[in-house]
Order: sequence, then structure tokens, then C-alpha cells
Amino acid sequence: MTIIEPEVGSTILSVQQLSKVYAGGFEALKSVNLDIKAGEIIALLGPNGAGKTTLISTICGLVQPSSGRVLVAGHDITTDYRITRSLIGLVPQELTTDSFETVWNTVSFSRGLFGRAPDPAHIERVLRSLSLWDKKDNMLRTLSGGMKRRVLIAKALSHEPRILFLDEPTAGVDVSLRRDMWAIVSDLRANGVTIILTTHYIEEAEEIADRIGVINHGELILVEEKRALMAKLGKKQLELELFEPLEGLPTSLAPFGLELSANGLKLIYTFETTESGENNISSVLEALREAGITFKDLHTSQSSLEEIFVGLVNQPADGSARGATK
Amino acid sequence: MSKVMSRVMNYYAVLAIYKFEMARMRRTLLQSIVTPVLTTSLYFIVFGAAIGSRIQEVGGVGYGAFIVPGLIMLSLLTNSISNASFGIYFPKFSGTVYEVLSAPVSTLEVVLGYVGAAATKAIILGLIILVTAGFFIELRIAHPIIMLLFIVLTALSFSLFGFILGIWADNFEKLSIVPALIITPLVFLGGSFYSTDMLPPVWQSISLMNPVLYLVSGLRWSFYEISEVNVWVSLVGVSLFLLVCLGVVYAIFRTGYRLRP
Repeated sequence: MTIIEPEVGSTILSVQQLSKVYAGGFEALKSVNLDIKAGEIIALLGPNGAGKTTLISTICGLVQPSSGRVLVAGHDITTDYRITRSLIGLVPQELTTDSFETVWNTVSFSRGLFGRAPDPAHIERVLRSLSLWDKKDNMLRTLSGGMKRRVLIAKALSHEPRILFLDEPTAGVDVSLRRDMWAIVSDLRANGVTIILTTHYIEEAEEIADRIGVINHGELILVEEKRALMAKLGKKQLELELFEPLEGLPTSLAPFGLELSANGLKLIYTFETTESGENNISSVLEALREAGITFKDLHTSQSSLEEIFVGLVNQPADGSARGATK
Repeated sequence: MSKVMSRVMNYYAVLAIYKFEMARMRRTLLQSIVTPVLTTSLYFIVFGAAIGSRIQEVGGVGYGAFIVPGLIMLSLLTNSISNASFGIYFPKFSGTVYEVLSAPVSTLEVVLGYVGAAATKAIILGLIILVTAGFFIELRIAHPIIMLLFIVLTALSFSLFGFILGIWADNFEKLSIVPALIITPLVFLGGSFYSTDMLPPVWQSISLMNPVLYLVSGLRWSFYEISEVNVWVSLVGVSLFLLVCLGVVYAIFRTGYRLRP
């Protein structure tokens, strides 16, 4: 037995110049580079067909790469597949289960398949942590979609992987179960498991990820710390509801780039806050007072990760996205 | 601490796949065992009693006893192929094959698990037929070790063939077309229920092109020491077929044909 315990913070997964062209000529991955540190949670966002699942499938051995290489804990996924695959757990997007197997048997099967000796105590721990213990003797076909999703996670955790891939783990899962999943992910991270998840739910990435990667048209157009990304690309807006409608903006307000709503009753000021927290809000309010414009209400808002994401993937696919770290 | 395998054989995986496949047989125990017993009994009633009463002996052996090796071979071939092809096709169909493909298992380990289980089931069924036949006729096995060798080699090689079929098939029709349209006719035309000596000379020559004839003849020789072709030719033939199937399976996993895009 070889013992591999990647140090937290060290590079556990390194994707280098990875490309995939399918038989029909479709270029699903275009020279993707990505380094992931042990113990972090990274969320891969991207529209349908962007290449998220192909990237995960290639790393896990389900798809053959056309060029490039992938290292897991320093081992090549092709030549050292026994080592790399035993370090990885995969929860696929589709709810694929053996209908006539029991929960216990299917999870035990997975552990054996990944080369681990039977360990009923570990299987019990996994099932209990996923609230599956009372279902252990149930056939999979009798379970709900959410429970089947949990079984897939249990199967992926059965061999104690150090990297867990979650391909849209909460697709079709209700809100409460989704929150449970997030708690499970947090627990796994606390145990040093590196988690790579793809998701369509931006709030999921916002809630649990340390870093965000955005894939579009097979290219990894951005990888950024979540907070830094939101600070860098997130817009803030100040909206002012006026007492009297304006026909046009006074020239004294022109330097601030304010927008006036069509009915003239709302002024919108878009601004960025510097790292030291400086902005021009005071100046804007002062200029409004001098122009004799009064308002009855005001509020500020910050763009969500979803808006940032939509903004990024709608840019032309010429690599011009801001903050790309390829 | 996380323990992972070094570059040794993944015995746990072989065992996991084997047990999983054998569990499928246990779940369908009634169908798996009662069906061949019933079918064999019917063959004996129809061929052995009804037709056999008009055919006294073939090659010095009573007709009922004569057809036993053919019945066993029919069961071995069809069950080996259907067990193995279904074993790998269904995970492909349901999508659960992702787990095997992403696991730290080699081609050999996957084959040992799936093909080993399929062959085991086919051998068990073959032996059940043998025992059932014992209730209808007096069995005589001149070379039991050669008989077992034939049964094991046939089950293994045709399970491998079924495994290839299961990977190749992309719908249920393709899965059943080979056993139904190729194997069953070859078994029936391969001297299972008659001796080729009973055929006109032209058909005797044509029969020699039927690979199943060699299997049936070889197995029959192990029972009664009568055969249409030399028993060693039969043994070498089935062994070569086994090697060819192994080569094809290796190529499939190496290229990812129909498994890894």
C-alpha cells in the first residue's frame, strides 16, 4: 500500500494544456490550464455545453484527452491511473443507480471497486452522515430523487477520496436538501477533502466555493477567488427616487455619469469602491443638493455572482474576458 | 491517512464486480435455474422420448444420451453470451458504467469480474442440465476432466465474446440478434441433435465450416468417445477463439471503443 496524504495548500490537481476534440470534430476543451490546491472548494460555472462535464470526465478517466496532461497529487492520470483514480470520487450529473440493489450493497460495491478492503464501520459513518442509515436495506428504485443523489455521494465517498467531483450535485434537489448538501460539503472540506463542483446555481457557488472558475466554449475564461472576483467585477449602484420628475440631467451632474429613468423619477449612479473604501457618493449627493434636486428614498445594491457570470459568458469568445488567469 | 493502491492487482475490484454480477443471478434464481431444468426436460420429452423412440442408436449411443452434450453446449453458448453481454450492456444503458470506467481497474480486472461471473453462471447451468439429464437417461462420462475442460473453455471464450457483443451493442435489438440469429442456428446445425453422418456428403462438408460442430463433437467425445472431428482440433480451436476474444477486449479498452469517447 502506498500512502498519499496531500498537504493542505499544496497543488493536488494540475490540469495542463488540456484539450478535447470529440470524434465529430467538436472542440469541447481548448487548452485548459488549472491548478487546484488541496482542501479548497472550487466551483466551475458555465452554460450548458461549455465543457464543464468534459473537463471533469477527462480528469476522472471517462473521456480520453486529445492533448495535454493532468496530474493528481503529482501523478499522471494516464500512466498512474491506479493511484490517481483511487484518490478521486465522482458524483455524476445523472441519477444513475442500479435499481435492484440495496443502498448498503451499492455503496459497499463502490468501495471494493476502488480497491479498498471492506470496512462496514466506514460505510456506516458515510450513510449516517448522509441521513441514509435508515434506508440502508432499501432498494434504490424505491428512493426519491434526492435520496438517490445522496446515495451517489455515498458511493463516491465510500473509498475515502481526497478529491471529490460533484457534477451539478443539487440539480433537481429541493431547497432544504440543497442546504443539507452544502453542509455536507462543508464537513468534507473540514476533513481536508478538495471539492470541485459544477453548478448552474450561482447562489451555490456564492455560498460554498473558495474560488470560481468560468468555462465557456471549452475555454476556462476566468479563475478567481470568489471575494476578489466579486470585488473586482461586481458593480455597485445607488438609486435615488425623486419627488419631482426631471426632464433632463443638469450639466453639473454630468461628471458622475448618472442615468435618468424614462419617467424622470429615478436617478441611478453606478460606482466602484476602491480597496480603501473611497467613492464619490458624497460628491454626488452634494451636487444634487446644489442643483436643488430632492429625493424621497434611496438604496444601494451590489451585482450578484449571477450577474457577473452572465456578463462574462456573454462576452465574445476571443479571450478578452477581464481577469482571465489562464 | 488515506491509503491507496500501489501498482498491484486490484483484487477487491475483481471480487466486487464478480459478486455484483453473481447477485443478479441470485435475484433471478427461479428464472435462472427452473428455466434450464424445464427446457432440458422438454427436450428430453420431445427429442429423447418422442423422436428418440424411432431412432435406436447413433454411433452406438442411445439417442437420449447422444443429445446430452449438444444440450449442454446449447445452454453454455447462449447463457455465456447473454450473461456477459447483458452484464456490460446494462451499465452502459443505465449509465452506471461511469463507476467502472473511473475506477482504478485494469482491463484484465474488469474482464475477470464480468466474464468470470458470466462463465460461472453458464457453467452452473450446464451442470444443472447434466444433472437433469441424469434423471432421464443413464449418464456415462468417459473423460470427465476433458469434459470439464471443454465446458470451462467454452464458457469463458463465449462469455468473452458476449462481453464484446455487449460493448458493441448500442440497443437491445443488437444484443439479442447475435444469439438468436447466429448462435442458435449454428448449434442446431452443428450436430447437437444428430450425427453429421446422417447428412448427404455435401452437407457433411458444409457442416465442417460450422465452428459449433467442433465444440459439440469435442464435448461428445469426452462423454462417449465418439466424435466427428479430432478432439484435439476442437480443443485447439476453442482455445484460439478464447485468445482472439481476449485480444479484441484488450484492444477495446486500449482504444476506448464505445466506452470512452
